[in-house]
Amino acid sequence: MLSLTHFMLLSGALFAIGVTGVFVNRRHALVLLMSLELILLAVNTNLIAASHYLQDLAGQAFALFVLTIAAAEIAIGLAIVVVVFRSRETIDAEDLSEVRG
Amino acid sequence: MAFQTLLFYLFGTVLLAAATAAVTLRNMVHAALSLILSFFTAAMLWMLLEAEFLSILLVLVYIGAVLVLFLFVVMMVERHTPTIHRRRNYRIVASAVAAVMVAELGMALLAPDFSPTAQPLPAPLEYSNTKALGSVLYTDYALAFEAAAVALLVAIVGAIALTLRVRPDHHRQNPARQSRVRKQDRLRLTDGRSEPPC
Repeated sequence: MLSLTHFMLLSGALFAIGVTGVFVNRRHALVLLMSLELILLAVNTNLIAASHYLQDLAGQAFALFVLTIAAAEIAIGLAIVVVVFRSRETIDAEDLSEVRG
Repeated sequence: MAFQTLLFYLFGTVLLAAATAAVTLRNMVHAALSLILSFFTAAMLWMLLEAEFLSILLVLVYIGAVLVLFLFVVMMVERHTPTIHRRRNYRIVASAVAAVMVAELGMALLAPDFSPTAQPLPAPLEYSNTKALGSVLYTDYALAFEAAAVALLVAIVGAIALTLRVRPDHHRQNPARQSRVRKQDRLRLTDGRSEPPC
């Protein structure tokens, strides 16, 4: 018998994988973006599971908004990666210290 | 119901494995492809939760557009990226943070009064998830919907403005200059006689 706890544990594990990815690959900008995507996917799964088990469509509406903002974020993030790569020939996040105060 | 449980465990295993591969693989193209696999299995799980519209949206829009854009950028950048040497190793910190988070989430979720025990009834046959979501979205959340549209527009303009590059050595049309041309700049009227050869 599936319950809300099953789905929430699954998305919790997915969230943890995303956070681990952020820590492990702190220097590679593209993997950072991928980990962010995984984190947002976990959040969305959580919202949709709660929406299903509480019989409330608000969760799905919120998931749609999160999806929209995630798409906007990834478009801007990839554009920044492309610009940085063009000017620096590297996307190592720890080398980007030129604007440090 | 047992079949759904089986599907949940199948897709859940694939999802976690693909997500782990996406953040650990050294080959960036393989990592991006595993990310696509994990999104696809997540869409299957959403289908299991009777969120058909969002599930199809995830496959069509997210995998079809966003993640393919991701793959495109990965292939463009990856060839020039030397293997990143590690100065510091964050693995221990990362595992500790992840373990603490999973433990906390598990403790919260396994509390006896957390999960609603009532199983939702399966939706009737004529129920349309798309229609229901639309009727909520265009009434209760109309303002948020407009704001999301504006955010997407800003993202489009921002992405183009960031990556647009004008090369001075390229010959290209400048529509602003073209439309500002006046008659006097281009046209010279003569009296009909041929001009002397110069």
